[in-house]
Amino acid sequence: MKAVTDTSFTSDVLQSDKPVLVDFWADWCQPCRKVQPLLEEIAKELGDQVEIVKLDIDANPEVTRAYQVMSVPTLTMFRAGRPVNQLVGARPKGDLLKLIESAL
Amino acid sequence: MDEVRNLIIVGSGPAGYTAAVYAARANLKPLVIEGVTSGGALMTTTEVENFPGFPDGILGPELMDNMRKQAERFGAEFVTDDATGVDLAGPVKTVWINETAYRAHAVILSTGSAWRPLGVPGEQELLGHGVSSCATCDGFFFRGQRIVVVGGGDSAMEEATFLTKFAERVTIIHRRDEFRASKIMAERALSNPKIDVRWNAVVTEVVDGGGKVGGVKLRDTVTGEESVLDATGVFVAIGHDPRSELFRGQVPLDENGYVQVSAPGTSVGIDGVFAAGDLVDHVYRQAITAAGTGCAAALDAERYLAAREA
Repeated sequence: MKAVTDTSFTSDVLQSDKPVLVDFWADWCQPCRKVQPLLEEIAKELGDQVEIVKLDIDANPEVTRAYQVMSVPTLTMFRAGRPVNQLVGARPKGDLLKLIESAL
Repeated sequence: MDEVRNLIIVGSGPAGYTAAVYAARANLKPLVIEGVTSGGALMTTTEVENFPGFPDGILGPELMDNMRKQAERFGAEFVTDDATGVDLAGPVKTVWINETAYRAHAVILSTGSAWRPLGVPGEQELLGHGVSSCATCDGFFFRGQRIVVVGGGDSAMEEATFLTKFAERVTIIHRRDEFRASKIMAERALSNPKIDVRWNAVVTEVVDGGGKVGGVKLRDTVTGEESVLDATGVFVAIGHDPRSELFRGQVPLDENGYVQVSAPGTSVGIDGVFAAGDLVDHVYRQAITAAGTGCAAALDAERYLAAREA
């Protein structure tokens, strides 16, 4: 999964021509570790329709603050430069797919 | 999908993983549908100090990873997703994850329990924006802030104590005038200079402070007096409910939703269906008791499968 940062967020997420799912995560967060393999599976299944990226909240406080992330994992769908839908906490694959599909 | 397995274990945690260790060692090649929050309640705890065999304590997630690895070593297989449906009647049981069906001759149910929300206005709306069920997941975001922990049991004590690493002040809100937590956990919290307690108080609303938590409205259970306490974080630890919705109508549940078994056995009264752990147990609810009943369920399943083949 591609990692985005405070520096690359604008170009990688906000200016992307595709919808982007951002996984706000941290390495001390156990539920985050459970979600990432599911996201990787989904990325393979959906191919070009969506970009799925992760952002380490410890290393990237600016974006984390800007979007008021206060729990990890927070999974936010961005489309055309704006957050359109969000899930908080580890969720089953079906819920993750619904989140993504709601923004395609 | 033609394959019919010996055994499917629905759920993980100490019960599911211990069942998997025993069943795998008995060559049953169990399939563990471990759930997205796999590992269960211990994944969000910090140190487990009372699991026998670990004199210096062990981290909850590490204990779960160890059990999972132990089961894997003997041939258990895992699916990290939530079961969405079951059909437990008849000689072949089916467990679905959305469209995918898994079939087996025996099933062990060990889905554990889920965090119980307060059920007050503002709570759901602000979940992930200051309302949390998991101190170890979200405590980091509350550095230097004032937070409240609601509850009076061991998990409330553990969360409050853990959160003092980050928070400026932690207020425990409890509806009674004493904790039901174990003495060691309660004393640890009460002696912490960053923790204070609001006794005899219930939260009636989580106050929205502009898209995030601004505080909580409280009502005194003795005087009825209402007040507002400023806080940016609300950690809810008032207990758990069994995750038995998926099985309702198919297995016997008690009035609180716990699966009923023929204790000390683990049969739910349907051939080939067993249950273990916090899904069943509303009395002890310890990692070691869950592991114990998980072991019993695997032995019961093994015996059932052997008799079936005989």
